Amino acid sequence: MNVILFMISCILTNNFIFNKFLGCCPFLGVSSKVETATSMGIAVTFVMTIASLFAWMVNTWVLVPLQLEYMQTIAFILIIAGLVQFVEMFLKKSMPALYSALGIYLPLITTNCAVLGVATLNVKEGYNLLFSVLNGTFSALGFLLAIVLMAGVRERLESSKIPECMKGFPISLVTAGLMAIAFMGFNGLV
Amino acid sequence: MMPILYAGIVLAVIGLIFGLILTFASKVFHVDVDERVTQVRECCAGANCGACGYPGCDGFAAAVVEGKAPVNGCKPAGAEGARKIAAIMGAEAGAEEERQVARVLCQGVKGVAKERYTYDGYKSCAVAATVAGGPKDCRFACIGMGDCMDHCAFGAITMKDGIACIDDTKCTACGACVNACPRNVIRLMPASQNVMVRCRNSDVARVARSVCMDACIGCGRCKKECQYDAITVENGYARIDPAKCTRCGACAAVCPCKCITTD
Repeated sequence: MNVILFMISCILTNNFIFNKFLGCCPFLGVSSKVETATSMGIAVTFVMTIASLFAWMVNTWVLVPLQLEYMQTIAFILIIAGLVQFVEMFLKKSMPALYSALGIYLPLITTNCAVLGVATLNVKEGYNLLFSVLNGTFSALGFLLAIVLMAGVRERLESSKIPECMKGFPISLVTAGLMAIAFMGFNGLV
Repeated sequence: MMPILYAGIVLAVIGLIFGLILTFASKVFHVDVDERVTQVRECCAGANCGACGYPGCDGFAAAVVEGKAPVNGCKPAGAEGARKIAAIMGAEAGAEEERQVARVLCQGVKGVAKERYTYDGYKSCAVAATVAGGPKDCRFACIGMGDCMDHCAFGAITMKDGIACIDDTKCTACGACVNACPRNVIRLMPASQNVMVRCRNSDVARVARSVCMDACIGCGRCKKECQYDAITVENGYARIDPAKCTRCGACAAVCPCKCITTD
């Protein structure tokens, strides 16, 4: 029961974009088409899950015993960059279809603050291995949900009449703000 | 001293482990790339300008090898590049098209085009164009804030006296400036086309003349003078058909507004 509640809270109440404001760059940058937004979301889910697993292992088994917790940021960046490279090579060889679907977004995730954010948050909240990985996966699914919703709205916006001064980015930012308010409604759900 | 050493050593070890894993992985997961892709990639101009319609030079090279993109698709590489790529692909480069260059169709330098106000805001043509119709009275004029210069990957554009100047020798006709210009002042034309009407003002003569000393008033004297039927006057300004024009320059001599140039 606890686990299920935790998953729901990761996706809805503690949504990475609308509640923690992490990963806003790809959220606005890659959300003009539903198709690319989905690719990006899946790529993020992929990387965030693996990154939280490895970050937890390195932190608990290497950094904490040696009292090097202050090195977390740099160590996590190293891990994430290495992992993304590895995943890219692996996908290119074994799943070329998925590799070409993710395309440029996979390497872009190396420098995504949501991925680093989930690793540091796991440490800050003191999650165990299971909860760290769950947090990684379901926070990323929350990101996927948010970016796909946003892409859907933006596709509709393309064909609607918008005042000249609001076209493009202004209306996207207003939309994002309204969606964040809507997501605040989930507060208190869990 | 020791904690610093530890920190360094730990990071180095983590880095080393990842390095080893990645080296190993690159061997295990090695994918054979068609060597023609790398060769074609080297023949491209390498500016990632996107004029070919593919995301970057790598995308273009892959598309050429797959046969989706034409061998002469890289405009910045020019005829020379097309020939090299064709040689790699074992295909004919096709009829050589004349080299194109981008030209600025406006002469509204400071003192010639009337200024409506002094623009002191964010340095961008697109922004300036939205403030009360732009800082120049002429609504067709080059705004001169350098949006085209910022988009030029080849350093061919400079700003002189408030309008853009394109260096023919550096221009590769990638079209980035054409897309960047909010006023559509920049056009692509054959490099040999040295005779051109450098104004696009479609207002009536009286209005056009009142906003710029060098505006085309659409009088049609050039059209009468042209023996090759290359000039048409539409929407209040003259334009020259590069296919018919013989570059004789007779039109420039009679233009009362000096908006046809031959250099």
